[in-house]
Amino acid sequence: MRLLIPRAPQLKRAAWLLFALVALCVLWELYKAVMPDDGVAIGDTLVLPRTDDASMPHLADIFGAFGDPEVAGAAQASTVGSAVVSAAWYSLRLAFAGFVVGSLVGFALALLMQRVRIAERALMPWAVLSQTVPLIALAPLVYGWGANLTLFGLDWQPWMSVSAISAYLAFVPVTVGALRGLQSPPTVQTELLACYAASWWQTVVHLRLPASVPYLIPALKLGAAAAVIGAIVAEISTGLAGGIGRLIITYAQQATGDPARVFAPIIGAAVMGIIAVGSITVVDIALRRYQGAEV
Amino acid sequence: MTDAVIVTGVDKRFGTGPTAVQALDGVDLVVGPGEFVSLIGPSGCGKSTLLRIIADLIPPTAGTVVVAGKAVGTARLDQEYGIAFQQSGLLEWRTVRSNIELPLQLSGMGRAERRARAMELLELVGLAEFADHHPSQLSGGMQQRVAIARALAPSPALLLMDEPFGALDEMTRERMQTELIRICAETGAAVVFVTHSIPEAVFLSRRVVVMSPRPGRITAVIEVPEVTRNEDFREDERFYAAVTEVREALRGRLATA
Repeated sequence: MRLLIPRAPQLKRAAWLLFALVALCVLWELYKAVMPDDGVAIGDTLVLPRTDDASMPHLADIFGAFGDPEVAGAAQASTVGSAVVSAAWYSLRLAFAGFVVGSLVGFALALLMQRVRIAERALMPWAVLSQTVPLIALAPLVYGWGANLTLFGLDWQPWMSVSAISAYLAFVPVTVGALRGLQSPPTVQTELLACYAASWWQTVVHLRLPASVPYLIPALKLGAAAAVIGAIVAEISTGLAGGIGRLIITYAQQATGDPARVFAPIIGAAVMGIIAVGSITVVDIALRRYQGAEV
Repeated sequence: MTDAVIVTGVDKRFGTGPTAVQALDGVDLVVGPGEFVSLIGPSGCGKSTLLRIIADLIPPTAGTVVVAGKAVGTARLDQEYGIAFQQSGLLEWRTVRSNIELPLQLSGMGRAERRARAMELLELVGLAEFADHHPSQLSGGMQQRVAIARALAPSPALLLMDEPFGALDEMTRERMQTELIRICAETGAAVVFVTHSIPEAVFLSRRVVVMSPRPGRITAVIEVPEVTRNEDFREDERFYAAVTEVREALRGRLATA
């Protein structure tokens, strides 16, 4: 618990974060007040965005939208806010499932690459290349494959396609970070373990794994963020109901009538990302003793 | 008692063709039980390479090495020797005690037995109060003492040391030499000690093996008289005589192989 009590530098950082958020809000309104409604164009190209109320709603309208009823005059009035929260929670769980699978695959790959030198040179380019495939195209493909797939007696559910995309985006940062971490111990330590007749696995458990923690934590943070992005993009491409991606599409379609509303799920998505990365910080604190000497 | 190390006709070549380096050429060496032997020579003479071959970290190109009556591979698997390098190589996330327990843990010793052995060794090197500290909280000299304690954990008959005091200042170095003499006397282990320092080699060893490079080979073996190794010895005539003898061998004026 002692570790969770904020100290001066952490409070300072939190204060700066708050200041940055407030400054962003001020900037938003300032820009809106100063710039022309139609934006700034050079020739035919729009260089600075439009500032009319349809394109850039006032902050008050944006935050107000959270309280609006989802469907005007419906019998069961649920607010936009609560819709965003439940959709974000749904998507977060899908992203989490993808993140767990992606991290396990990433770590297993890193172990393989550490064990077999050829594997690193052979597989790493493919791993990096895999990330350049456009997700928008990949997601419906995975969705289509999944429709006819039955694994271990379970029918492939549509949500699994979204998690699969999350896993796909999460595994590469974890592979790269884990491999660097596993290869990080200095020669003197790996030689010492050889002198103690340690097997490869013993060397991994007692030396490489603990040494990899400072590299693994940032990699997991990247993987968590990537998993969230993957889930949202996959939801948008496949139109999966219940997720925040679908909500973004729905509200975007209603944008002519209520321009402020579409920002609500976008803010929700951002908060999702923050929660995902923040949860890795908890892991970070738990593994504090492996973080290396304090100078 | 079996000899600690028997090296016969060992060659080591790195690389092939015209750019190959003959690191060792026809090296023969016998280290008796409980004997302290130093390897000294300029850079590239093959002393660290020879140590690594004895440790089974690299294979010889030719020749045989027998450690404690076994082939080097078997000796390594049976933890017949302990080793200490210039960097202590301590694991930062483990306590001092836990670092010493590491070789025992890897060979499957039980927890209570390991703990007891670690405490015994900490007493031996004079660091019992630091059992629960972490390596970064210790000075360089203390870290090397922990490394030596760790090397002694499986009660080996042989200690291999590759310039373990090289990174320490002169005063700490002399203190550590005296400590090492005491520890070796108490454990009865034989030692093969690689060093760059002539006084260090003479102070610690019964025999100083002088090597020279290109190709790496033994050029002389200097016997140091049997005198009690304490601070008085550093001022002894025989100490200075032996230092001079080693120095001259290094410069190549003696040619006893």
